[in-house]
Amino acid sequence: MSQTRTLPHSGAVGVSRTGALARYAMWVALAAVFLLLPYVFGSRLALSTMSLMGTMIVFALSYNMLLGQTGLLSFGHAVFFGLGGFVTVHVLNMASSGAWALPLPLFPVVGGLGGLFFGALFGAIATKRAATAFAMITLGIGELVVSSALILRRFFGGEEGITTDRTEVMSFFGYSFGPQLQVYYLIAGWCFISIAVMYAITRTPFGRICNAVRDNAQRTAFIGYDTNRVRFIAFSLSGLFAGVAGGLSVINFEIVNAAQMGAVESGTVVLMTYIGGVGNFAGPIIGAILVTWLQLILSDATQIWPLYVGLLFIGMVMFAPGGIAGLLAMQGPVIAAGKLHRVLPWYLLALVPGVVAVIGLSIIAEAMHQFSIRAAYGPNITLYSMPFDVTSPWPWLTGLALAAAGIWLFLRAGRLARDAYDEVIAEGRTG
Amino acid sequence: MIESNFTPALELAALRKSFGPTEIIRGVDLSVREGERHAVIGPNGAGKSTLFHLVSGHLQLSAGNIRLRGEEIAGLPPQLINRRGLSRSFQVTNIFPRLSVWENVRCATLWSRGHRYSFWSAVDRLDDVTRRTEEILSEIDLIDRWRTPAGVLTYGEQRALEIGLTIASNAEVLLLDEPTAGMSHAETERVVALIRKVSEKRTLLMIEHDMHVVFGLADRISVLVYGQVIATDTPERIKANPAVQQAYLGTEVA
Amino acid sequence: MLEIILVSALNGVLYGMLLFLMASGLTVIFSLMGVLNLAHASFYMLGAFFGFEISRRLGFWPALVIAPVLVAMIGMAVERYGLRRVHRHGHVAELLFTFGLTFVIKEFVEMVWGKLPADYRVPSALDFPAFTLFSTNYPAFRLFVLLISIGIFLALLLVIKRTRIGLIVQAALTHPGMVGMLGHNVDRIFMLVFGVGVGLAAIAGVIAGPILITQSSMAMLLGPILFVVVVVGGLGSLGGAFAASLLIGLVQTFAVAFNVSLADLFGNTAVGAVLSVWLSDIWRVTVAQVAPILPYLLLVLILIFRPRGLMGTRDT
Repeated sequence: MSQTRTLPHSGAVGVSRTGALARYAMWVALAAVFLLLPYVFGSRLALSTMSLMGTMIVFALSYNMLLGQTGLLSFGHAVFFGLGGFVTVHVLNMASSGAWALPLPLFPVVGGLGGLFFGALFGAIATKRAATAFAMITLGIGELVVSSALILRRFFGGEEGITTDRTEVMSFFGYSFGPQLQVYYLIAGWCFISIAVMYAITRTPFGRICNAVRDNAQRTAFIGYDTNRVRFIAFSLSGLFAGVAGGLSVINFEIVNAAQMGAVESGTVVLMTYIGGVGNFAGPIIGAILVTWLQLILSDATQIWPLYVGLLFIGMVMFAPGGIAGLLAMQGPVIAAGKLHRVLPWYLLALVPGVVAVIGLSIIAEAMHQFSIRAAYGPNITLYSMPFDVTSPWPWLTGLALAAAGIWLFLRAGRLARDAYDEVIAEGRTG
Repeated sequence: MIESNFTPALELAALRKSFGPTEIIRGVDLSVREGERHAVIGPNGAGKSTLFHLVSGHLQLSAGNIRLRGEEIAGLPPQLINRRGLSRSFQVTNIFPRLSVWENVRCATLWSRGHRYSFWSAVDRLDDVTRRTEEILSEIDLIDRWRTPAGVLTYGEQRALEIGLTIASNAEVLLLDEPTAGMSHAETERVVALIRKVSEKRTLLMIEHDMHVVFGLADRISVLVYGQVIATDTPERIKANPAVQQAYLGTEVA
Repeated sequence: MLEIILVSALNGVLYGMLLFLMASGLTVIFSLMGVLNLAHASFYMLGAFFGFEISRRLGFWPALVIAPVLVAMIGMAVERYGLRRVHRHGHVAELLFTFGLTFVIKEFVEMVWGKLPADYRVPSALDFPAFTLFSTNYPAFRLFVLLISIGIFLALLLVIKRTRIGLIVQAALTHPGMVGMLGHNVDRIFMLVFGVGVGLAAIAGVIAGPILITQSSMAMLLGPILFVVVVVGGLGSLGGAFAASLLIGLVQTFAVAFNVSLADLFGNTAVGAVLSVWLSDIWRVTVAQVAPILPYLLLVLILIFRPRGLMGTRDT
């Protein structure tokens, strides 16, 4: 009867063994990646970058508990990141002065507890409403907390923030966590634990009901659940993990200040999570890594990199609402049917004019920038190894031409790519 | 059909509902016996769905009482009413579109199985939940589509899922709002068989327009016209009732 | 004392009228299209910067006309090619789109004009004291801004009450779904309304630029206050938006003018001695320092306790 059917859950007889094995393999692989990364990228800069990425991964995943899983759009999530950091930094300073004996690796728990406390506190208020009202309440709470920070100087340290020294707490098996490599491993460990726990939560009754609330909050009440309570718990838990991220940040940079709770940080985590993909658990991981990398790489290449990230974000909202993870997931059935070779050429064909368009737009943007603010630096600028004089029409015409041609060709090729994709999918259904 | 005992499964007394100056439900008295299959019919705009909204907690009533097994439930939010054993379906399909069929039904079973807001137990390892979900999927004949996102199902399949969500919590009182709306003859037959099966030991209150269905299933029928019940009786006597015939303006009553 | 009150009252009304110019567009856009335009203050900022740039080259009066028109056209393009496409992905996507816009517009402004305040001067034609209240000179430009705002307000009132499009907008304020059903070219109306809505915000920017600081952070500073106005006044109510704008404009202005702190109030009393220890951080804080917080506090409180606002007809 039901035993011979393919039971739909992972604990099913027959299907489960390979399914569970694949799942364990993924976690082992993830742990291996964390462990081995410093051997591939060993420079000081790389270790700092990876440490930052690890922190942002936890932060973005905590945000997606709200947005992707429960459908809650919050514009004030950095508050919990920051408050977790402030709690951590104060306890760190207390521990350093000998009041408490707590080894450094346990401090993210402190951040988590701080985040949980404030998450529950503000969550009780914010989750009374849903959708747009909720978004505005989170905006209001975010601004309230940041504005209060300048007044409550004892806790928030004013404009300079609060500093600490992570090596002054009791050593952990001889490790003082001075060198960046040790800090990396601490962050990597907590990142792994956070990923695992947050993933596990999605596989619980609560996690499932969060999805139900996201899809249809009204109906969820009619199957017995108090949707406000669900949102409240989700908000508190996401605050917890944001606090953990805040604690990791304090350990990494040994400083925290009120600006880290502000609208910019809250906005950045929205960008990260959305670009990575809200519909997929791995999406925020991808987004955190990508946006952090963009911030570092692009900021060397150009001063106006935030503009590019913003345009990328808007582009995703308009054309790829599933984010990068969504786009990759869409290829799943294609790969499973072994037909990747049917669509890949079209994708590449669309990619080329896409890149050209981006180059063209960036030329215009950079030229504009050079023309206006950087005018004191003279009219000459080198873009993509080509010299331009922004007072002449050349950069403008080149940029415009490349952008126009690129966009036009991209749209054409994009349509062909989409047709090829649809064709493969349709074959999969009938075949 | 079980002989009525003294406490009706569901009792509406002097129920009123106004939207601003417009009174939609204008004093409804209705008593549904335990184990009964009770149909509510009436011309469009009579207020049938509004009645369901009032009973299930979706809307607040303006005056009157609603008693579920003797307990007053008027004014309670939908989830509390659901937890007390009343479950309803919707006229316009109200499912979880991005979740798979399996997830849809599973979510609807969780509360009644005692798994409240648990974020520490793995939902896949809850055998009772798995068993119940499979049971329901088999009953509504969607077991083969368990992986499909609910938003992609055909209309008929979505209506079946709608019923599945309603029965998943094992509620003793079921409210079905036009379960066969928009269905072909074959689909209707199937749904009627399903309804008959799931309402066997339960109390059923059903809104329907399809008179075949009504007369085939119902033990008693109440006729709602302009927010008032003008008659409650067995199908044969309702058919013969002149007020009912007039209310339908000569339209054939089956 | 009386002097401060009168001047503050004038400034408060001025500020309130500016807020209303923006809030009116925001309210109508929300009511008609269901999307809360998070970037509304950004269009205000664009108006200010365009006004500044055009003033520099062509003079203030041309700027007053050209800048809002330019911004309105940008707004219409944004609606037509951006918002409309995103609409089918749901409300969250729309909010995210407008959120992304705030980001991009701010970066664009910083890219072209930098992060420092722009030297947006009052046009010399209006740079004189209009009248003198006790010992304070009230600048003519401020009076001009006040008069223009009132003028636009009256024009808006006329359009809403007396034209066909105004009738549609009125209907949409309370019953947006029906408007589409009535056979009007909803797409074109949306585009127009969005364009005019942000155009109004741009006008506010052009005339307020010389008074309030013209800087890339101005959108972020004014944005939340705008939401407070719209929420307090009630979504779907222009009258409410008007009342709330004036209310908040006056409250903020008076709060800054009357710069008292808890210490000033309770200073030399026994209560004061106790409080000064327990509330040490906030003891010396003045109302002016707290003023920036008040709008957000009000926003949160209203959303919790009375999401309909003062005169609203709908929840969000």
